[in-house]
Amino acid sequence: MSDEYRAMMHRSEVAVSVELQTQDMTLNIGPQHPSTHGVLRLVAQVDGERITSVEPVIGYMHRGYEKLAEVRSYAQMTALVNRIDWVSGFASEVPFIVAVEKLMGIEAPERAQWIRLILTELFRISSHMVFTSSYPLELGATTPLFHVLRERERVLELIEGMTGGRFHPNFNRVGGIKPAAGGGKTQKKVSMDIPEGWLDATRATMERVMLSTHQSDTLVTGNELFKARTVGVGVIPGDKAVEYGLSGPNLRASGVAYDLRKHEYHLPYDQVDFDVISAPGGDCYDRYWVRLQEIRESVKIVLQAIDKIPDGPLRAKAPRVLKVPKGQIYVRGENPKGEFGYYLISEGGQKPYRLKIRSTSFSNLSILPWVLKGALVPDLVAVMGSLDFVLGDVDR
Amino acid sequence: MEDFIVAAVKTVIAFALLFTVVLLLVWIERRIVAFMQNRLGPTRAGPLGILQTLADGMKLLFKESMTPDRVEVWLYLAAPIMALVPAVLIFLVVPIGAPITIGGTEYTLQVTDLNVGVLYVLAMSSMAVYAIALAGWSSGSKYPLLGSVRSAAQMISYEAAMGLALVPVIMFNGTTSLAGIVEAQGATYFGFLPAWNIVLLPSFVVFVIAMFAETNRAPFDLVEAEQEIVGGFHTEYSGFRFALFFLAEYINLFNMSALTVVFFLGGWQGPVFGPTVLQWILPVIYFFAKTFAIVFLFIWVRGTLPRMRYDQLMGFGWKRLIPVSLAWIILAMIAVGIRRFGLPWA
Amino acid sequence: MDLAAYLPVALMFILGVVFAAAAMLISWRIAPNNPSPEKLAPYECGIVPLQEPVERFPVKFYLVAMLFVIFDVEIIFLFAWAVRMDEFGWAGIASVGLFMLLLIETLGYVWKRGALDWNVASRARYRRVVAPEPEIEEAA
Repeated sequence: MSDEYRAMMHRSEVAVSVELQTQDMTLNIGPQHPSTHGVLRLVAQVDGERITSVEPVIGYMHRGYEKLAEVRSYAQMTALVNRIDWVSGFASEVPFIVAVEKLMGIEAPERAQWIRLILTELFRISSHMVFTSSYPLELGATTPLFHVLRERERVLELIEGMTGGRFHPNFNRVGGIKPAAGGGKTQKKVSMDIPEGWLDATRATMERVMLSTHQSDTLVTGNELFKARTVGVGVIPGDKAVEYGLSGPNLRASGVAYDLRKHEYHLPYDQVDFDVISAPGGDCYDRYWVRLQEIRESVKIVLQAIDKIPDGPLRAKAPRVLKVPKGQIYVRGENPKGEFGYYLISEGGQKPYRLKIRSTSFSNLSILPWVLKGALVPDLVAVMGSLDFVLGDVDR
Repeated sequence: MEDFIVAAVKTVIAFALLFTVVLLLVWIERRIVAFMQNRLGPTRAGPLGILQTLADGMKLLFKESMTPDRVEVWLYLAAPIMALVPAVLIFLVVPIGAPITIGGTEYTLQVTDLNVGVLYVLAMSSMAVYAIALAGWSSGSKYPLLGSVRSAAQMISYEAAMGLALVPVIMFNGTTSLAGIVEAQGATYFGFLPAWNIVLLPSFVVFVIAMFAETNRAPFDLVEAEQEIVGGFHTEYSGFRFALFFLAEYINLFNMSALTVVFFLGGWQGPVFGPTVLQWILPVIYFFAKTFAIVFLFIWVRGTLPRMRYDQLMGFGWKRLIPVSLAWIILAMIAVGIRRFGLPWA
Repeated sequence: MDLAAYLPVALMFILGVVFAAAAMLISWRIAPNNPSPEKLAPYECGIVPLQEPVERFPVKFYLVAMLFVIFDVEIIFLFAWAVRMDEFGWAGIASVGLFMLLLIETLGYVWKRGALDWNVASRARYRRVVAPEPEIEEAA
């Protein structure tokens, strides 16, 4: 009976499977969708709730920064580059300024470099806090958003206290940092120094940030539902991550402990003590966890830097009209989202000949089709959120 | 004729009461969630913002109601009505207080005491799924369609778990009338412990979890998961049509909390003392206090948990809740059997 | 049977329908109505949809409905017995227990068969059953 029965079963199963074939549905996710971080569009083929393939369509936010750079002077460029990745503006300013400085053979004084380091880390904290607040929101938990963003506001206040801008500090100048308003004659410009009481305020704020990470730990990290949604979801193995050019926390969450802060020393990262956080899993949970730990590491760095910051001038001598000698250079730095680099070609003169921006989110986004193949629609949101990209950074 | 008048008056009062409660409920939820999130919530309309919901309702009434191109017009328009009607119908069988006697006539504080109350409740709560499924399907758009198939699968799965959770309650109290169930919980254990059905703890837990899924509340709000499917079934609804869905959702929230109280927390039972009027009012107060405690649980969970994923939700329903309820029914069956009929071999 | 108890149900039904319909009607009369092609397009994140939503949805979702019917009917039987359980004594408990065991077995079968695994692509599931094809062809 069993063979005959099985044959019968088989025929019916085949009949069922043919008859009940359903066609895939093309689902446009974005550009106007609550969780695509702006204007990303994903064209997904879905079979019920399962995604069979997904294709990101980008360019809705293209602002042509690379081309704009060719018609702007070097001094004007800092205002532009910190708008590429608006969540971490300062961190993308620094490599550009360093590239120009290196081509011109100028080196910023030590105090300016330490200030750059502190601000970079503050922006890293702020950027990661945006992630730790909005990621649970994408999974449906609204409360962490308010608690974390509230503490982030204090970090932004610090940044504002120092630079005068919350998001777009525009604080770097070739050879140092921003001149103070009314700083005397142009030849003897006085740069903006750390305001009085700022260092103490920073110490206090860092304590609050640590408390906030603890709050995230208690509210989100150990949450069973949060784990169910993220552990083992969107797994990116280390080799795939390297192949697709992932960098930053996304790469480190795949078990590759690679941090540019340990390799590129245009800021005095070699003089502070911090760990490179990495996690072996490569899933959404690890990407969240790595970022949360990095906030703590950044706090560590900021606290050390506050103690170590030397006295001295804030600006090296630089010509009033910047003329960069002929040459080309690639400078990269560890943006909160990963490797952020500028390839600068100068033919001499006041404007760059070509500026290629290696933006982090663009490379991080490129793995989406691979990692989302076969995922469920809710996982799409979880994975997309965990990659933490900014659309301005993708489209430039 | 007198019966008819009493019934009509009770119905209208129940309807008005339900809407008042819901207006309050939305405000309470917004305030509590706001406090959980370091915010204030609505404070402007009326004292402490208490009229905010009314203001929102009025605003939606004056909003343009679009009927998109590809909808199936009649189903599309019927869906909001189909959402609201079962929601208001459930409340009819909920006893909100002890019966009161005025001039020799006894009036129950319950619109109607159906002898198949539990079945009626289950039937009406399954009706809600039609509204959502049809709303999503008739919208002729993809996100609502995803939402509606999700809802169909989710709500009916948890419907089964919910029904199973109620079987031990009926075994205990020996009736399916809601008034009877509350009545039966008036007894005490050892003379002081109230004999509420909360002693059927697994049933209570399963019922509460299923209730979250039935009302599409966080963490089971996949049907309208804003971050995934952009509002789900009501994506294409605007203006007052949307408001009707919203109303139905909150009425259901209140109904389900009230039913939990009726089935497991002794309904309006509680210590009653003092003059007659107080004896009428106290049970009502107990009922609403307990109900709002459950409502608070809803809000608290919403403020805490992320959303579950679809497959996890279904797996949880079918692989955890239903087997647990089945096993618990068998256990409860044997326990009740031993208590009532002695040991089977004796 | 006392149908009078259902009178409020009918009244409330009418009240509910009338309220909802009236509200929609009033809203339709007093609200502005300025349709435009863009406004009336189905929502698809700002992209003009090129394809109608599919008529057929994966069978998975309907399978749930069938399972539900099985379990819901069971619940009705259990209710009927639970109300009158005192009258049947241990005999009733034994027979309902047997009935329950059968249902648990059903659940086990469905579970084993993979109908409760939601995170599996529906086609992959069929392929798993269809896989040993040549051998079965011989047997037939």
